[in-house]
Formats: sequence, structure tokens, C-alpha cells
Amino acid sequence: MHEHDVIVVGAGGAGLRAAIAAQEEGADVAIVSKLHPVRSHTGAAEGGINAALREADSWEDHAYDTMKGSDYLGDAPAIETLAQDSPEEVIQLEHWGMAFSREEDGRVSQRPFGGLSFPRTTYAGAETGHQLLHTMYEQLVKRGIEVYDEWYVLDLAVSDEDDPEDRTCHGVVGYDIQSGNIEGFRARDGVILATGGLGQVFDHTTNAVANTGDGVAMAYRAGVPIEDMEFIQFHPTSLPSTGVLISEGVRGEGGILYNSEGERFMFEYGYASNDGELASRDVVARAELSEVNEGRGIEDEYVHLDMRHLGEERITDRLENILHLAKDFEGVDALEEPMPVKPGQHYAMGGIETDENGETCIGGLYAAGECACASVHGSNRLGGNALPELIVFGARAGHHAAGRDLGEAEITTGKRGEWESGDVETPVAPGEAGISGADAVADGGAAAEGSDLSPDELVARATERTDRRVDALLENDGRNHSEIRSDVQESMTQHVNVFREEEGLKQALRDIRDAREAYQNVGVADQSRTFNTDLLHTIETRNIIDIAEAITLGALARDEFRGAHWRKEYQERDDENWLKHTMLSWNDGSPELWYKPVLLEGEEKRYEPKIRSY
Amino acid sequence: MSTQLPEQVEEESSAAEAEPTSAAQERRLEKKRQRAEEKERQRQAEEAEKALDEEDTYHLKVFRYDPEIAGKKEPRFDDFHVPYHKGMTVLDALMYARDTYDSSLTFRHSCRQAICGSDAMFVNGSQRLCCKTQLSDLEEPVRIEPLPHAEVVKDLVVDMEHFYDQMEAVEPYFQTNELPEGELEEQHQTRENREKVKMSTRCIWCGACMSSCNIAAGDNQYLGPAALNKAYRFTMDEREGEDMKQQRLEILEQEHGVWRCQTQFSCTEVCPKDIPLTEHIQELKREAVKNNLKFW
Repeated sequence: MHEHDVIVVGAGGAGLRAAIAAQEEGADVAIVSKLHPVRSHTGAAEGGINAALREADSWEDHAYDTMKGSDYLGDAPAIETLAQDSPEEVIQLEHWGMAFSREEDGRVSQRPFGGLSFPRTTYAGAETGHQLLHTMYEQLVKRGIEVYDEWYVLDLAVSDEDDPEDRTCHGVVGYDIQSGNIEGFRARDGVILATGGLGQVFDHTTNAVANTGDGVAMAYRAGVPIEDMEFIQFHPTSLPSTGVLISEGVRGEGGILYNSEGERFMFEYGYASNDGELASRDVVARAELSEVNEGRGIEDEYVHLDMRHLGEERITDRLENILHLAKDFEGVDALEEPMPVKPGQHYAMGGIETDENGETCIGGLYAAGECACASVHGSNRLGGNALPELIVFGARAGHHAAGRDLGEAEITTGKRGEWESGDVETPVAPGEAGISGADAVADGGAAAEGSDLSPDELVARATERTDRRVDALLENDGRNHSEIRSDVQESMTQHVNVFREEEGLKQALRDIRDAREAYQNVGVADQSRTFNTDLLHTIETRNIIDIAEAITLGALARDEFRGAHWRKEYQERDDENWLKHTMLSWNDGSPELWYKPVLLEGEEKRYEPKIRSY
Repeated sequence: MSTQLPEQVEEESSAAEAEPTSAAQERRLEKKRQRAEEKERQRQAEEAEKALDEEDTYHLKVFRYDPEIAGKKEPRFDDFHVPYHKGMTVLDALMYARDTYDSSLTFRHSCRQAICGSDAMFVNGSQRLCCKTQLSDLEEPVRIEPLPHAEVVKDLVVDMEHFYDQMEAVEPYFQTNELPEGELEEQHQTRENREKVKMSTRCIWCGACMSSCNIAAGDNQYLGPAALNKAYRFTMDEREGEDMKQQRLEILEQEHGVWRCQTQFSCTEVCPKDIPLTEHIQELKREAVKNNLKFW
């Protein structure tokens, strides 16, 4: 068994920042990650990092823009923390040598982004995430922080008290991809989940193949509530054939969207009469699909994003990466012709419920970055707010896990604060298929066990259970997972996309149920212990099923239109009934729906919900 | 088959619990292996038939090796015929082959957009990033092999440890003795200087350059193009200051450093991010010479 003070799961922006922070506090920290750190999908982030660095700007304005962008579903303490901490974290990156783009006077460059009242998106060309990821990995190397790379975490070692709020996380179980060994990792002070996105739940996504929501699914099954899962961001400009992202920076620099009639539809059809292309992402994504649905799409599928008028010099200077992406993945020379774009799944606003210090309701278990929900983004994330989230909350989780006093959190987790129970009518029962509880070994059904065990015994027990699960998957001569996975992905993209309606959501739940049942008989054909990606992907597919169901349950329950969540039957934001977070608890395989109120009370003011127009 | 299977599964798992390492289990696994081999034979037969039927397919010849699996211990090439669609990349074809024909086909991949650097392979005799290589640019059959000059772990996966070791041997992190005082004070950098290091910061650690380099193949200690480029990135960054530059040049001038490069340009040719690697190494050599003259 390996043993460290703090174990960080995942090595993207949040994981790396958390590890560095924990070490700054003197902790013995290790990262366990299924990818080598530089392979993480943070590297694909393009646009930039929002931070109020300049005198004419203020953290208060950043917080206000973020709250408005969230459509008043973000929690003020989390949003204000993000806006307050972001400047020092960005300057920290600069001091670590990050290659930001520069102004004439040598200061770091900032650009306008959608939904921002000040151009505060700090960038490095159109490859900000790549520069950020590599800069932080360099710091990791400098500090000699241990990385177990290509180790896939299969389970959490959590005690099994009745209430999740009484449970403690003592470590994780890792699977060494190269050798097939399964080993326990005991964490003396804390486990930080930083596993990133879950885009593989959909079939048209800007996310990497590795973004299967592992952390969210593991925490959920261990008893941590997951929050606001129905809020999925569809980025307005992904390439139609692959889902590759075309940065919002293109529109920030002046890029224009056209329909098949050559009309600048954002203005001409009144989708956003003031901000046009630079309205919030949810607004632009809906506008594009409306155009396609009205018959003004190109090839009935996409619209055009044109940046030719910006001129070669400016494009090469600030958006060079976009030229490569358009050429390599769509065969388009963006200096000569407009780029085809359509909405693609991009980001999960929801995730593992945490407070503003990254702590979940389970003792010793933290989450940061895209897998977490503090909640900063509410029902819609603003462009340029994901990268600051990684570094701000990664750092806070790392510091806190290693013992730094960050003051008491204002956000409560679990059912410790005010909450109400919820109800939603589903066409099929959600949750565990067939056997549940401790017997559900093959699909990782049970997570908790043995509150009377010592931490070491608990990790050992979890490791044995994982051993049995892997053996069962290898022995079973069942169906391959890939069809099950693609059935879920297709159903989600068809029914739980930008536009959602009741019958479609119910159909998705039926499809997910079918997938669960099919998964009961899943088997891994590859019998090798060496680099068995067949096994890995099979385990990921189970996570995809749990998450797809959570997203759809939330979407069906929320009968209003807010931020990224559009419902055909309910075309209004309903502040009277819905200024609350959707919470789902796994509840040993019978998911429970409940709600907790949104916190709109900031440090010095209350954020009053206003009509959101751009 | 569908009526039998669930029963069989139950039997297997209960027996497995009772005697986890029994001979019975071994026999079952053996049976499973045989069934898998049978399936594989069938698949190959169907495959061959399909290839004749459909013209719009691409023929892949894929390197296979697994140290643990009978039949794969000796490296071999498997044929896959993959239906083609416009814009299909080598990675798309590999994923299709894996998800449709053989789930044990193993390769690294993640972002699908040439930024994670996972899927550099040897395609038709040259190091390429599979996700940004169009099938339509390649001659058939498309021959896909793991990166040369690296130990093969399985199928198309190579051991990257040596590559990472070299990357980490050049103090690959920003160092300066002159950070500005005061909260929220940033260092300044000219646009020209940022432009100078820009290409070098684009490296995605895919290992294509190292694999293509004859010198690295013959000298295991040679830092190699990627690590030298990483060193260039910091040596040329004006924010580090002169004293750091001095220290960096000393590292680069070591026996297995810049002077080993024989300017064959193979690294530059294969770099999927178009980094002028050879030029960067040449520039470091010039800097080293200038630096040495200074102390004469």
C-alpha cells in the first residue's frame, strides 16, 4: 500500500495546482492520474483566464458578470472567491514563466470575451490551456512532486456510516495501466478529486476521449451529492465533423457568425441585439440551432464563423492555433473562407458538491475544477471562467487538505444546511440495475464499507473489492462495452442537448436503463494484464451511464428555462420556485432528488436576480 | 446464446469466489481464450470478404504485440478494413477497428486534436500524430507501427519513460533571481521576446522527434531534440536574466548536449507542431560559442 498525506486524483490544471498548494503547506503529496500530466485536457483550453488585473477593472465587476452569466444559480461566496483570488493566481503563473501574449508595454494581454463588462480574459494566443498546463507541470518537476502516471483510480476508500456527512475518505484504489497491478493508496490528510470533464457522455463534444466523468461518478456512488448536473454547456463554435473547439477568442477578436443567407443572425433576428456574437454561450448556441431549425443553416447542420476581415497579421498574432485546427480537422483555410461551426458539448457546470474550500460533505474528500460544483457557474459558465476556477479552487483545496486555515466556509455541504426533498416522475426506475449494495462487484456498485475498520484496513478492503471487480470483468464472456457506450452517447445528444423536451428526456432515461441492463452482462475480451485499455474503457462506460442518468434526471425535474437548460414546455425562468440547486444522492443505488437554496448574499451586497439580456 | 449466458456468468462468479485460483477457473479462462481466438478467426474471414465487397474502405496493417498473450508474443501485423468517410484520420480508423473488430487493439489517444501528444506513431514509415493525419494523404495499405527506438509495451504503445527522463534533465522550469517586488506585480516581456520563444513553447511531448533522430538512437544519453527545445524555451526567455542563461548553457554544453546534433533535420521534418527544432539547437550552439568567447 502506498501512503501519502494528500492524494490528488487527476493531473490537469486543478490537480497540478492542488498538488503544488498541498506541498507549499509541507504535505507529502502525490498525484495519481490515468494520463501523464501533459496529456490532460486542460491543454486544449484555448481562450484565456478571466482576472481583474487592471485598474479600471475590479473583482466586484468580475463577480457581477459571473453571477449574471450563471443566470443567478451560482453561489455568491464561491463566485466572489473566484473573482478575488484569480488575479494573484494569474500573476503566480506569470512568475512561473507562463508565456502569456504581451502588450506593447510588456504587460500580459487581455481580450474581450462573451458576457464580460471588461476585457479581462488573460491569454496566451489561442493556446492558453496548453501554456498553463505545461507551466504548472514544470513547477511539479521542479518541486519533485511524485506522480503515479497512467494509474487509473477505480474506487474511493470511504467508511460506511449511514449518513454521508459522517463518512470519511481514507484513500483510493489505483490500477497501474502498464502492469495491471491493483494497489491501495492511503491518504492521511485528504483525497482531492480533480478528474475534469464528462463530455464523453455525449457523442458530439469538444472533450477528450479520457473525459468520462470518473471522479463525479465515484464520489456520487460513495455518497457525495452531485449538484446541478442538468446544466451542460454547449459551446457555440465546435467543428461539425469532430467536435474540435474553435475558441470564443475568435468572436472576442471580432469574428462574425453568418447563416446560409449571409445574414448576421445574432443581430438581424434579435437573439442578442446589444452584444451579438459576444452574448453568453448558451444564448449563441441556441441562436445557431434555431437558425438551422428555421432552414437557414448550411447543409442543414451548421453556421459560418468568419474571421477573414481581421486580417492575416492579427489572426496570426492572436489566433494562429485556430488556423491549424480549421485546416487539420475541417480542411478549411480560415484566412480564405469562413469556418463551419455548430454547438458541441463543452463543459459541465454541475458536479461534485463542494464548498468554497473544495471540501465535500465526506470528511477528507475534496474536489476541484470541472468535476466540482462550488458553485461558480450556476446554470451557465462564462468563457474564460474555467481556467481561473482550476487554479483558484485547486489551490484552495490543496491548501485546505494540507491543513491551512482558510476560515469557515459559508457554503454548507450535504444535508447540513437548509434543504427540501424533491420528486420527479420517471418512466423507468433510475439507479442500480439488478443486484445492488455490496454484491454489485462487477460494476463497482457499492463504495462504502466498514465504519469500524481502521483506515488502513478500509483501504485494503476497498482494494480487495476492486480486485474482485476487475477479475469478474475479465472472466465474464459478455458483451463489449463500446456499443453500450455509443448508445448512451447518441441518446444524450439526441434528447438531452441544447433544446430539451419532456418526451425526449424520458426516452433518454429509458435508453439509459437499457444500457444499465446491458452493462450487467458486460465482459472484457482482452485477457492481458498489460495496458488493457479494453478493461479501462469498460469501467469508464459504467461511469458514463451513472452520469448520463444524473444529467437527465435533473433536466426532467427542472421545469423552467434557466441558463443552458432550455425546456420546450417551460419557456420562462422561474425564480419563485427554482432559485435552488438540484441535488442527487446515490443512496446505495436508489437515487434521491433534493434541493438546496442558492446563496445570493455576497460579502457586501445581495445579487438580485435580473432579466438576463445581452 | 442469450438464454445461456446469464446462467453461465452466475456460475462463474460464484465459483470464482469459492476458489479464486482453482484449476477450474484456469480451464474457464482457457475456454474464454479459445472462444476469443475462434471469434478472431471468424472476424478475419469476414474482414477479408468485406474487403472484396466494399471499395470504399481503407486497408490498415497494424503492428500487434503483447508479452502475455499467446499468438501475440511474437510481433505480427493484423489487417483491418475500415469503411472510409471524408475527413477520416488514422486515429479515427484505429478507433473504428478497435470498437468494431477487436477491442484488444491498444494505442494511446485522448484529445483527438493534436494537443495532448498521446498518439504519435510510425505511419507508412514516418513519425506522425495519428489524429491529424488524414487517411486520404496516405498510400494503401496504411502501415501503423509503434514509434521506433522505444521499447514496445503492447501493440502501438511504447514506453515513454526515457523520453520523459530526458525532458526533465534540462531543468525544464522557469528560474529567475529577479522577481518584481509587490503584490500583483508582473514581469514584463517584450513582444519580440515572446515571439522568439513562442514556437518552442508549442511542444506537446509526443516524442516523434526523438524517435526520428539517428543520434538519439545511437546515444541513449543524448538529450534529444525535444529536451533541447525545452531548454531553448527558457534560455531565450529574457525574463530569466543573464545569470540563469549562463547556467543553462552549461547544462546544454555537456557531452550529450547540443554538440551531438548533426543537423539532419529529421526532427524538424516530423514535428507535428512545426517547431523549427534543428534551428533552435543550432541557435543554442551559437549562444554557447558566444558565451565561451566572452570568458576568454
